[in-house]
Amino acid sequence: MAETNASGAHGAEPTRRDFLYVAAAGMGAVAVGSAVWPLINQMNPSADVLALSSTEVNIGNVAVGASITVVWRGKPVFVRHRSDAEIKAANDVNLADLKDPQPDAKRVTKPEWLIVLGVCTHLGCVPLGYQGEYGGYFCPCHGSTYDTSGRIRKGPAPLNLEVPQYSFLTDTTVRIG
Amino acid sequence: MSASTFQTNSKAIKWIESRLPVISFVHESLVVYPTPKNLNYWWNFGSLAGIALVIQIVTGIVLSMHYTPHVSLAFNSVEHIMRDVNYGWLLRYIHANGASMFFIVVYVHICRGLYFGSYKAPREILWWLGLVIFLLMMATAFMGYVLPWGQMSFWGATVITNLFSAFPVVGKSIVTWLWGGFSVDNATLNRFYSLHFLLPFAIVGVVVVHIWALHTTKSNNPLGIDIKGPQDTLPFHPYYTVKDMFGLGVFMTVFALFVFFAPNYMGHPDNYIPANPLVTPAHIVPEWYFLPYYAILRSVPDKLGGVVLMFGSILLMFAMPWLDFSRVRSARFRPIFKQAYWLFVINAVVLGYIGGQPPEGMYIIIGRIATTYYFVHLLVLVPLISLFERPLPLPESISNAVLGGSAVPKGAAAAPEKH
Ligand code: HEM
Ligand code: FES
Repeated sequence: MAETNASGAHGAEPTRRDFLYVAAAGMGAVAVGSAVWPLINQMNPSADVLALSSTEVNIGNVAVGASITVVWRGKPVFVRHRSDAEIKAANDVNLADLKDPQPDAKRVTKPEWLIVLGVCTHLGCVPLGYQGEYGGYFCPCHGSTYDTSGRIRKGPAPLNLEVPQYSFLTDTTVRIG
Repeated sequence: MSASTFQTNSKAIKWIESRLPVISFVHESLVVYPTPKNLNYWWNFGSLAGIALVIQIVTGIVLSMHYTPHVSLAFNSVEHIMRDVNYGWLLRYIHANGASMFFIVVYVHICRGLYFGSYKAPREILWWLGLVIFLLMMATAFMGYVLPWGQMSFWGATVITNLFSAFPVVGKSIVTWLWGGFSVDNATLNRFYSLHFLLPFAIVGVVVVHIWALHTTKSNNPLGIDIKGPQDTLPFHPYYTVKDMFGLGVFMTVFALFVFFAPNYMGHPDNYIPANPLVTPAHIVPEWYFLPYYAILRSVPDKLGGVVLMFGSILLMFAMPWLDFSRVRSARFRPIFKQAYWLFVINAVVLGYIGGQPPEGMYIIIGRIATTYYFVHLLVLVPLISLFERPLPLPESISNAVLGGSAVPKGAAAAPEKH
């Protein structure tokens, strides 16, 4: 060791021994890393959990002004048939006033259907529909208030209710996920 | 210090001793261990914490013989324990209330350390190990509370795991990883059970090192001055074994009052409703021992900020030995520190109360004031007091103070003014 240090200090070429140290330590680190990774990654979602990643919903009998809750990936999804007044309220907003600015049009594919995850973006409680100052959603846990577009208006939540991927298969069926 | 104090004529014991000196080790740490002679009842809580840990492990192991960690069976298996298993109700009530008793004891133990300056040199590592135990206990208790899979179990788990989503960029992946899915579900319950089973044994390991550090630095004492010689100490046995046994009797009486007369007093009725992932209870609260931290979390209007302050409030305790740099340990000789200390304790109780109330109106305002005070105390008042306070004169030695002036070592045994 002393020799290597001395030669290094004089700016001499690193020795073969230095190379062996670095290579051995490097391989050791790779070996430990690849042994640890399975132990960590086993905690990520398993194949069967991932396989449940889409669900089809019949929305034919959800009347205007009503809403249903369906389960997708173990989480509630709100499918809400919005009234004209609710759509208007969602559009009559000055975007600059929003914490997480997003126009209503970006959050829906058909204005009459609002489809959002029923998971408060604060700490994950399920907000209550048709409650709170803005007539959208109100989270009982720490008081986050969302509007009729599911956008955060008041309270500790940082983001709007998440819009999952979905597509309308027919006029009355929607696939979420 | 050395094995020399241990003597025996038994051939069998000598045979063992020369191969593994375990008997002299026990002799040294539980029999002759020199303990300051002036310890008061606040020093009972360390041994009580150890006993509480053993009670949790013993009842936990038998509960796990009947419990089933599956989302569709967990709740019913706990009801099965309560109704069908012989003495199952007793074992579960001991385990559930035992967790609360454990926290009461550990909170008192920590407050003892804060009051008498036990975190100061040379006991910094001892103090840190205690805080590590405290953090492990919180993780263990949190995961244990998820196991009965009631409404509070489920929503407590959801809210607490979601705390990690506050971290930028990686937050969401961490939460998915913790859950093993896209919400708290069977995978989560299974791993929490595994860890709930494991962590108490990790705690035992840290406790052993905690006591190792203690026996290296020796116990602090109410005067906060160093042991100067044998005249300042008593052998642990019989003096403190007996005192600890007496404390244990009182502790078990209180414990039994809860288990037999108010077993659900410290619990929440909503946890007798099976978990429902689609409906959050109107008012979710964690177990009482987390309430002060929960209050800090909710007092900050920003998500990440709340999480950082909540964890920070505990982590800051690790810095206590440097935030408080007064050379006098015991608050008995620190008139200003003593008052600040009691305000801090009252403030922590206020935080606990606020944590249990809905986050609205006055409660939010009081919560914010109390949160601010918590940090101001640790970061501003404690250092300033260390700087400006004039401590009272310290006694010459422990035996001097105990015996009222005469420090004659032999006189200790015949001291007239005993209580
Ligand atoms: C640091 C020590 C421990 C603490 C603080 C602790 C805490 C808790 C708590 C708060 C609960 C929920 C009780 C309820 O409301 O029903 C619980 C449940 C449980 N714990 Fe522990 N525990 C500890 C050690 C252990 C150990 C070592 C085991 C197993 C070897 C264990 C096994 C269980 C089981 C099976 C349950 C579910 C049954 C039930 O809910 O009563 N615990 N624990
Ligand atoms: S989880 Fe909804 S406000 Fe906190």
